[in-house]
Amino acid sequence: MTERPNHLAFQCPIPIQEYPTVLLAHGGGGRLTQMLIERMFLPAFHNPALETLHDGAVLEVEGVRLAFTTDSFVVSPLFFPGGDIGELAVNGTVNDLAMCGARPLYLSLGFILEEGFPMEDLWRVVRSIQGAAQEAGVEVATGDTKVVERGKGDGVFINTTGMGLIPSGIHVSPQRVRPGDVVLISGAIAIHGIAILSVREGLEFETTLESDTAPLNGLVEALLRAVGPQVHVLRDPTRGGLSSALNEIAASAGVGIVLEEVRIPLWDEVKGACEILGLDPLYVANEGKCLAIVAAEVAEAALEAMRSHPLGREAAIIGQVVEEYPGTVVLRSWVGGKRVVDMLSGEQLPRIC
Amino acid sequence: MKYIDEYRDEATAQRYVEAIRRTVTRPWTLMEICGGQTHTILKFGLDRMLPQEVTLVHGPGCPVCVTPVELLDKAIAIASRPGLTFCSFGDMLRVPGSHQDLLMAKAEGGDVRMVYSPLDALKLAQQNPQREVVFFAVGFETTAPANAMAVWQAKQMDLPNFSILSAHVLVPPAIEAILSAPGNEVQGFLAPGHVCTVMGYWEYEPIAERHRVPIVVTGFEPLDILQGLYMTLKALEEGRPVVENQYTRSVRREGNVQAQRLIRQVFEVTDRAWRGIGVIPRSGLRLREEYADFDAEGRFDVAGMAVEESPECIAGLILQGRKKPPECHAFGSRCTPEHPLGAPMVSSEGACAAYYRYGEQRIGRINGLS
Repeated sequence: MTERPNHLAFQCPIPIQEYPTVLLAHGGGGRLTQMLIERMFLPAFHNPALETLHDGAVLEVEGVRLAFTTDSFVVSPLFFPGGDIGELAVNGTVNDLAMCGARPLYLSLGFILEEGFPMEDLWRVVRSIQGAAQEAGVEVATGDTKVVERGKGDGVFINTTGMGLIPSGIHVSPQRVRPGDVVLISGAIAIHGIAILSVREGLEFETTLESDTAPLNGLVEALLRAVGPQVHVLRDPTRGGLSSALNEIAASAGVGIVLEEVRIPLWDEVKGACEILGLDPLYVANEGKCLAIVAAEVAEAALEAMRSHPLGREAAIIGQVVEEYPGTVVLRSWVGGKRVVDMLSGEQLPRIC
Repeated sequence: MKYIDEYRDEATAQRYVEAIRRTVTRPWTLMEICGGQTHTILKFGLDRMLPQEVTLVHGPGCPVCVTPVELLDKAIAIASRPGLTFCSFGDMLRVPGSHQDLLMAKAEGGDVRMVYSPLDALKLAQQNPQREVVFFAVGFETTAPANAMAVWQAKQMDLPNFSILSAHVLVPPAIEAILSAPGNEVQGFLAPGHVCTVMGYWEYEPIAERHRVPIVVTGFEPLDILQGLYMTLKALEEGRPVVENQYTRSVRREGNVQAQRLIRQVFEVTDRAWRGIGVIPRSGLRLREEYADFDAEGRFDVAGMAVEESPECIAGLILQGRKKPPECHAFGSRCTPEHPLGAPMVSSEGACAAYYRYGEQRIGRINGLS
């Protein structure tokens, strides 16, 4: 009998006494997700492409640079104000490619369906995928379908994998971030998260908010056309919100980032909902916003390029990269006091009173 | 945005900081009671704006933090039962019991739901008559009226499958306990605006008089806090141990009389153990005899559980304002939001969570931040 090779350590890297089971927060995009990646996944699969820990990998194949990414969608409810799981599955992957500086080209589409899921709903999702792919200018080039027994899924889960082409001269990477660089956001934050919350069971509050889900490749193209070589980092701050994205950048670039709270675009209805629920909008998900860090000398041109695109009309300069406090995001609050904006630990839970 | 933006105006904030600077002639130690206020102070960096004579210590006003571990263990035991839905405010889910928290009970199959109101739990009980529905009634006087209303309605509807696990606590006895403790250093208080919206502030007048301390009922926005601090410091400098109301847009002296009546109808005052502090006489609420059927502790046999607390956690001292979170040896190292040793590290109103989240744990590294 041959012994099965065990490349992993004999001991589980996430000690059982700490987390004997997977918690929801392990998928929340915050510290626990980070721990899972760093302690379990990275040691198991380590290679240079993976280790950049970007939303997508940049692969060089015979002189051509490709962006490659995958994402799974398990959103509830499946249909929400302003979108649905299908649209999200296309835009999410398209945006991950766009944040590598790539022109998205092809998607794969994997369905995990639950027995009993209404065919009419599936058709709605498929039509929505069709529309979103068309809008983003990508093609669904391959796919897969599985069905699980009733009760073993949540209607429909979708996985999409995407591939895109990175134009020459474009190098988007946290390693290029320098003190003095300027931080821009393409529009108001926290809209998607609050729109979804507003229709979750037990929390129906009246709002006309719709998810901001959108393909960002057009906006990114406009930005890259204007100031391409001076664009140092791009991110779509989805799960974990603006703060998680900025913390990741600050950590991997070894710089500090100072935000001006008063300059961060935030709609009144979103602000109101966050106040009532005790949520910090900096940690709430976005699905159609692009965070860019560019060289200071092109800041105004970058802002103008973003604002010239329909999805970037509310774009704003919200902060700056600094040499002090490396690896840390600092916020200058509304009233002028300063504090650290930390990475989210676990899910954001609404408060008692 | 109305009722928000005007209370976050930088120029006005600077004027208050200046006024505080001019008023203060010697060191003072003030305590804000409510954890919501603690978070405002750290979230907006107010503590870094004050003159160094003013020391802010943080009070016990975090209902999640003071809920005894024994009750939490009971909650987890109840939540793990089959055929039962356990409802709680989101805050409570990550608080460590002896061995587990409620989220772990959920991951292991317990039907634990996060709700925003006890009335949502009541609705669940109506919709699922075959399931027991238990609501974890945690909180100070602020949440007591809604919890009382849920029980009152359940009785009117004769709902057999609804009950609450009551962990209600009261603010005035806690202030009294802090002031009576030997070695107390707190010289003035910001009283919690939300609690006083319900209860008014007449209860605080005898305390202020007896202990010769000013108490200022204060709101939760940055300018509320700065104004509350200014009023307290001014009273201290002028030697006036008075109760004043900064939060006039919400609080009246007599409070919300109707809400108080409902609380009295359903609950009665009882001695209550506070986590890390111990039993404070007449500092909690329990269901009255007429409502005993809705008491989850009576309905489910969860007595006699052995309780384990981390010997390292100094939550009790933190909650009494005797230590600040960074003074704890475990803070930020062996105790983090991912591995909390005590409740103040995970509650959204906990002082340790505020210090951790808003960066005080890195104070050494970024002491240029001022």
